[in-house]
Amino acid sequence: MDSLLEERFERWKSETLAKSVAKMPEQAERTVTVSGRPVDTVYLPGYTQDRLACERYLDQLGFPGEYPFTRGVQPTMYRSRLWTMRQYAGFATAEKTNERYRFLLESGQTGLSVAFDLPTQIGYDSDHPLAAGEVGKVGVAIDTLADMEILFDSIPLDKVSTSMTINAPAAVLLAMYIAVGAKQGVPADKLTGTIQNDVLKEYIARGTYIFPPAPSLRLITNIFGYAAEHLPLFNIISVSGYHIREAGSTAAQEVGFTLADGVAYVEAARNAGLDVDRFAPRVAFFFGAMTDVLEEVAKFRAARRLWARIMKERFGAKDPRSCMLRFHTQTCGATLTAQQIDNNVVRVTLQALSAVLGGTQSLHTCSRDEALALPAEEAVQIALRTQQIIAHESGVAHTVDPLAGSYFVEKLTDEIEAEAEAYIKKIDEMGGMVPAIEQRYPQGEIEQSAYRYQQEIERGERVIVGVNRYTADEQSRPEIVTISEETTQRQIDRLNTVRAQRDATAVGRALDALETGARGDDNLMPLILSAVEAYASVGEICDRLRKVFGEYED
Amino acid sequence: MGYKLLLKIDIQPHDPCIQSQVVAKSRAVNARRPKRILIGKVGLDGHDRGAKFIVRALRNAGYEVIYTGIRKTPEQIVRTAIDEDVEAIGLSLLSGAHKELFARVAELLKEEGAENIVLFAGGTIPDQDIPYLRSLGFNWVFTPGAALSEILSALEEALTNSQSAGSAVTT
Repeated sequence: MDSLLEERFERWKSETLAKSVAKMPEQAERTVTVSGRPVDTVYLPGYTQDRLACERYLDQLGFPGEYPFTRGVQPTMYRSRLWTMRQYAGFATAEKTNERYRFLLESGQTGLSVAFDLPTQIGYDSDHPLAAGEVGKVGVAIDTLADMEILFDSIPLDKVSTSMTINAPAAVLLAMYIAVGAKQGVPADKLTGTIQNDVLKEYIARGTYIFPPAPSLRLITNIFGYAAEHLPLFNIISVSGYHIREAGSTAAQEVGFTLADGVAYVEAARNAGLDVDRFAPRVAFFFGAMTDVLEEVAKFRAARRLWARIMKERFGAKDPRSCMLRFHTQTCGATLTAQQIDNNVVRVTLQALSAVLGGTQSLHTCSRDEALALPAEEAVQIALRTQQIIAHESGVAHTVDPLAGSYFVEKLTDEIEAEAEAYIKKIDEMGGMVPAIEQRYPQGEIEQSAYRYQQEIERGERVIVGVNRYTADEQSRPEIVTISEETTQRQIDRLNTVRAQRDATAVGRALDALETGARGDDNLMPLILSAVEAYASVGEICDRLRKVFGEYED
Repeated sequence: MGYKLLLKIDIQPHDPCIQSQVVAKSRAVNARRPKRILIGKVGLDGHDRGAKFIVRALRNAGYEVIYTGIRKTPEQIVRTAIDEDVEAIGLSLLSGAHKELFARVAELLKEEGAENIVLFAGGTIPDQDIPYLRSLGFNWVFTPGAALSEILSALEEALTNSQSAGSAVTT
């Protein structure tokens, strides 16, 4: 007689798996070990005759591609399709960054990830006084659609998916992306990619906010509503734990605060009249990966299970895709050391390994020189090669959720889930994430953890190789990338040229319409799109919104 | 559990770890009135993990610390420093805009006749930029991996020197 587990497994194979493999076959390369031993898609526990244990397994872990998605969001995971290798890049001008993108795509990268400079991220044009010194430094400067056209020159937007790290002005940059697509002849419904669009974590940890929480949430839900109709393949938000972790949180805090942010967005969208299953399948997440491999694996698994339960039990989602926590991972930059920088290649390898063992959908691996400056091209290539070696040589991509059933990993998964859930409960009791942020609750918890972590390093209780143990005298520092002083002037010159050449009346009219719209309740996306198409700048658009919405002060 | 225990240690006002050597000394020096330091985040950079750590560590070491919060202009930093009558300013920046923005802070301090304020800095600052920052008056630039003990002793020395230099002028 078949046990409960065997019976369900057969059903999973004939339904979920068969459907998936028909659409995306498994790759022969990833079905045998290096010694030629066949590897199965997924492995299950051996206790098939113990009914209680089987029930617990089905409840807590289930099968990949099925609720609660603990073992992964796709039935075959990387056996059919590897994660997207997506290096975050952007510096100086659109021309320079476009060159870097083409280099990365030629090196085998499979998706783009745009880093914008801080003035762009905070909605200032390159000639704004507050942009002084910052133009093109941590990312590419984008003022108008003209810059965006150069950024994606000769990169077909129907073939490449693009992730954009943009939050407060996300609607503006998304509108520019749509406009560039249209100019390339790619309709909006064929565009694929992600906008970060997660303002709550800007208040908590990252700092590139513009507007107060209420109008920010309105802009975010406007994007949700617009995308549900026009951008069916785009991820409309990437709810981010990465910056929370980089600010010093623990793994459980990262999950707890991120999912609490996610809850706030889903609630805001529901309050705006959107049906959960219309937008939730396009909600994505973003986490960091530290060097503590097994804790990180458990964290990713816990996050998946907890989000699935929240979506089903709290929000009544019916579409299984609404319950899937799909995520991007970036290795944690703050773990990189300025000392003995080649050691960072090893750190990044371990971190990337944890993301893959944890079932990430896309991955950025940091470059070894990032504690010093912007990454050099050679360092970026090693970082990308690290992913390719894990994908093609390590064998960890050959079977789904390979660490499931490890006593340690399962226990950690349960613990992180419970701790994260307690944080969400606490935030609920405070009235939700916005009041919690106003009371500085998540900020305070993160600061506490960050302080403790750093103190452990100072005391030597936590060993950082090359920093507080195994140090060495280093004679030479590697060549580093710097942004030339002319970058700012070149960018301002182009902005002035665009301003001189565009139809000023059309720009004025579009901005007036946007301002009026902002005072009312309309969806602002179409108005922002019109302004962008008239070559209104990021700063001009954000200034009109500042006028209506005001600015957030920490 | 170990976790809880550490938390308790952390919220105690004086951390036993840092107190050990440097602090015991600086206490003696600061016996009359705690020295006042401003930690500032200048520019648009939101990375404040390092700045917040230093704020807390300096407080635990007996200093009075004013933290500006993120995204402050050079003008705001200098205004606060003068209004609060600080003896040192520590600027933190990780975006690469340090040359322009630190120069502006130094220039404004000079305009205000406040060059006697001790300047130090931290962040992802390339070695090659350090001589320039020194020429602006930022005699201590701490880069990733700098030990807290190193920062505390440098600061203590700088403030002691500036105090004796100051009294030499007034007498």
